[in-house]
Formats: sequence, C-alpha cells, structure tokens
Amino acid sequence: MSSHKPTVAVHKFSSCDGCQLSILNMEDELLDLASAIDIAYFLEATRAEKPGPYDIAIVEGSITTPHEMERIKEIRSESKTLVALGTCATAGGIQALRNFANADDLASIVYAHPDYLHFLKTATPISEHVSVDLELWGCPVNKAQVIEVIVALLNHRKPNIPPYSVCMECKQRGTICVLVDKGIPCLGPATQAGCGAICPANGRGCYGCFGPYREGNPKSLSTTLQNIERYPGETARLFRGISGYAPSFRKTADAISANVKEAK
Amino acid sequence: MANNRRPEIGSTIAIQKPVFNIILRRLQENGYQIIGPRVKNETLVYGSIENMDELPYGYITEQKAGAFRLIQADHKHYFDAIPGAQSWKQFLFPPCVDLFTLRKNGNGWEISNSKLDSPSYAFIGVRACELAAIQIQDNIFMRPDFADPTYRERRQRVFIVSVNCLAPAGTCFCASMGNGPRVKDGYDLNLTELDDVFLLTVGSELARSLLDGIEYEDASAFMLTTAERSIERAAQQMGRTLDTNDLPELVLKNLDSPHWKEIGERCLSCGNCTQVCPTCFCWDAVDQMSLDGKTTSRTRVWDSCFNPGYSYLAGGNTRPTISSRYRQWLSHKLGTWKEQYGTLGCVGCGRCITWCPAEIDLTEEIAALRKETR
Repeated sequence: MSSHKPTVAVHKFSSCDGCQLSILNMEDELLDLASAIDIAYFLEATRAEKPGPYDIAIVEGSITTPHEMERIKEIRSESKTLVALGTCATAGGIQALRNFANADDLASIVYAHPDYLHFLKTATPISEHVSVDLELWGCPVNKAQVIEVIVALLNHRKPNIPPYSVCMECKQRGTICVLVDKGIPCLGPATQAGCGAICPANGRGCYGCFGPYREGNPKSLSTTLQNIERYPGETARLFRGISGYAPSFRKTADAISANVKEAK
Repeated sequence: MANNRRPEIGSTIAIQKPVFNIILRRLQENGYQIIGPRVKNETLVYGSIENMDELPYGYITEQKAGAFRLIQADHKHYFDAIPGAQSWKQFLFPPCVDLFTLRKNGNGWEISNSKLDSPSYAFIGVRACELAAIQIQDNIFMRPDFADPTYRERRQRVFIVSVNCLAPAGTCFCASMGNGPRVKDGYDLNLTELDDVFLLTVGSELARSLLDGIEYEDASAFMLTTAERSIERAAQQMGRTLDTNDLPELVLKNLDSPHWKEIGERCLSCGNCTQVCPTCFCWDAVDQMSLDGKTTSRTRVWDSCFNPGYSYLAGGNTRPTISSRYRQWLSHKLGTWKEQYGTLGCVGCGRCITWCPAEIDLTEEIAALRKETR
C-alpha cells in the first residue's frame, strides 16, 4: 500500500440518501476507514470540502435533471475511479418507474406547480451518461460490500462481489426457499446476491433490489412466477420494481406485458 | 416385558416410544448435541432438539417438482415427515467455515489456523438415502491420502440414529438408486417406527452401552413382519423412478444432444439443486481483508457449478451458457462421478426436483435423453 491516502468524494444525485447512510452506519469501521482514506467531499457527513481531483468518486443516485447530466460529467472528469453506489446509480432506482409512464403527467399529479420543475423524462443510471468503473447494487447497498470495494481499491485488486444468485445466500444461512415451500413469489433466483438474503429470511420474497444476476434466467423465472400469481399482473410488477429499469428485468416485464396484450 | 440383558450388536429390540427419550438423554449426558428434524417457520428443518416432543410428530410432507408442503397426517408418527431442503451435510460440511487468519508481523505474516471446535453431534432420523449421501461425502472428504480436517473432526464423532423410511414423498427415488428405503449399514442405531413401538437395531458398541438397563423386549416375529411389509410398501410408493441400467454411459455418450439446450432454456442457474443436494461438495475460498491491510482471513463457503465464478479462468468462463453448466452438473452426478469415486453421485432423495423453482426433474431429463437415443 502506498503512503498516500487516497482521496474519496461521495456525491449525491436523485436518491433517498440511504446508501450514503449505509456508509455512515459503519459504526465499527468508520475510524479505520477515516485513517485509511482521506474523505475529501461527503456533504452528508461534513461541510468541509476539499477540491478535486479525487482518487475515488462514490456516486449515489440516478440522473433525473438536465443539471445532473452536466454535473456527472464534471465528476467523471475529476475522478480516477468512479463507483456507482446503489440501485438508483446502477439502474435508475424506484424513480425510474417514470420511464414506463409520462413524466409530465406524473408531475402534474404530485406538484402544485410542475412548471417550476426542470426534470428529464427519464431517470437513468450513471452508466448511461459516463463510464463507470464499478457498480455496487442494492437498495440500500450492503455496507460490508462498500468496505470490500474500498479495501480492494486500496490494495489494487478486484473486489470480491459474489456474482451468483440470492438463492446461494438463502442456502448458506439455512433459510428455506419461500418460493418452493410457501408459494411466495420471489425474484431471488434471478437476482444478484449481496444482501445476505434478508427478505426471504424474514418470510417474504426477494424483490430484486440487488439487480439482475447476470447469468440468471429471468424469462424462465417469470414462467414459474406467473403460475403462482396472487393477482393478475403480479409477476410483471415484481420485475418492474426497484431494479425495473435494469435491461434484463425490463425485457422480462415487457415480454410479460406483450403476451398479456396479445392474449387479449 | 422388561429385559435386562444388554442387546447384542445386530439384534433388534422393541421399545415403548417414550423410552426413546431416555436414549436421547443419555446421548446428551455423553456430551452429544442432538440434531433432528423439527418444525420451524411452519416448515421442516434440521436443528438442535432436546427431546422427542420437538420432532415433527403427526406431520408428513407433500412434494412435487418445485413445491414442498409440510402437512398434518391422519396418522401420528414421529418419523414420517420426509426431509426438507436441509440435509446433514450442513453439519459435517458447513456452508461457511473460517479456515485461518493472517496477521502482518514485521516483514512477514503470522498464520493462525481456526480451531476445529465443533460439538459431537447425534443425528436422529437419518434416512437410507441420507446415509448413502454421508457415505459418498466420506469418500470425498476422508480419502486415504488426504482428509479434510473440518469434515473428519465432525464425522468421526457423529452418532447416527437412522430410520427405515416408511412414507416416501412424491419426488423420492432411493429405491431406484439401490439406497433405500431400507437402511443397510453405517448406523449406531437403526429405527423402524411402528404404530405403537419403535424397533431398534443395534449397530455399535456405543449404542449397546446406551441401551444398558432400559426397558425393552425382543422384537417379535409379528413386529418384524409388520416392519418388513411397511418397508416393502414404501419401496413401491416412490413418487419417481430412475432407470440406472445404462448410466453413466447414456449421459456421457450424449454430451452433444440438443436436449441440453432445451433444459438450459428452463434452468435458472440459481444453484438451488446443488445447495440442497446432500452429496454436492463444491466450495470456494473467500478472503476478507481488514481496512488497515494488516489482517486477512480466509473462509470456506459452499460453491456451485451453476455459479458464473465457478468455472471462470483467465480469459473467461469455460462454461459460459446455462445449458453447459446444467450438463456439467448432471453429467458429473450421473456420469463421471462413477469413474471418480466408484459410485453415482445421486442417492435418489429427490431434493433437486422438489427445490427447483423451474420444476426441472432429473429423472424426466434422463428418460428424455434415453428416448432420444433410441
């Protein structure tokens, strides 16, 4: 490890701040973290700002306004490594539901004076605007994975982010499959691990917040889930959730909707 | 009816069911942690139990491809609930084991191996298929030339109460695999549950000593016949069959069959089949470093041939498609395993069928492959 402490900047775009809070929630590790890295910019934690360039930029949130489109380009140009933090940054997040509707209509329902707003028609992941070196999924992210990424960057190695399905984590912790055992719709087989299978361990199905498991088969899973739907359209809604704008989930939900239309 | 003789090894005795609690208590007094089937979150798991009251009394399971339900039976037995997703593998080959920690010491590293501290387990209710699976894993983890320390440490101290299986489920096919439902060997005590008594066959000196002074009678001809009939009936009631005649050749001669691609379209590559399989033994070693870079610890975790990282080598994944990964799994389990370990890698427990969300059934896939070959 070099003696230079890498400078880290944490930036926020359209998001709920929960992923930044996951960093601040690392109560046992924060002191070690502060001695390993130089936190140069992190408004959620401190008003003190150091000017860029930065070694590592951690970016939370999706791009939803013209101003954000410009700002992410600036951040990219002053950062050696850019990490997209959380499912807003990697797939647009829950606000990307607007991508499947008319954003102007939605704004007129929510705001008294939508004309004051300057927003884009879509909420999009960071990678649609600038090149991203590493994506860390989750709503919110798992703080242990954040630490793993920082440790890996400090040591110039690839972070160990499991590329397998949530099912592996259910089995590791002894959780019995809610899909097979209870008939509860669960996206676990098509979702990337990392959360520790929190939802199935608490008796509910996975809603896919860690994004698509890249070697998974969401198309086949959608067939399984459609057979146990508790109300019509449940499967499409499940895929079109937190990670709904992620390409493979989007494609799966679109295919279900197209089939339903055809059947009608 | 009381009998004060110590029963001989190989003999079968009958005890009143509550007397079994005395045996469990004696095991505890001898330092054993009792592990058995129990109901948790309205389903069946293996976990610590204190006494017979915690066994799934009065339950059976309903199993088919992709579905499992624990339901109340019309008859009341302690050992009729066929195992669920969990297997004894999780105690002998745990999903997550700390191997060692490295600490920076000047210019070098100091290694401290993790302690092999595990309780002595008494497994209660091991079925014939599961006993066969334990014996297969013994072959893998306790080879004459090398034994896995974690597995050996746990395995050598296990006390096994096996059970002749009388209520097979819809996805069972141990009879096809020649493993059950009758328990053959490898137990300390083998139990057969009749309506009013437990029959116990004594399999070890330790089991003999545990039975010292307990109230029992020698199993009568009527009891033994009833047990035999029940086991034979169970063998006829297997929900699945698998023709093993031309295995492993059938699989190994058809590696280019278009059928693999068809399975690949259904398979989720989620790894569930490998995780619930009582013989699957693949693992990965994962390192975790501290933020200051001064300590790192290595953990062994269950892996799966369906995971993309499993066959990732420099330059890429050697099994880049789901169909190639499914083919690898099945052709190992019912093919190359034989050459590697002398047996097939499947015991006929049916877990991979029940716990596959995509309802893939290896007995059907083998049948389809056979039909195609004709």
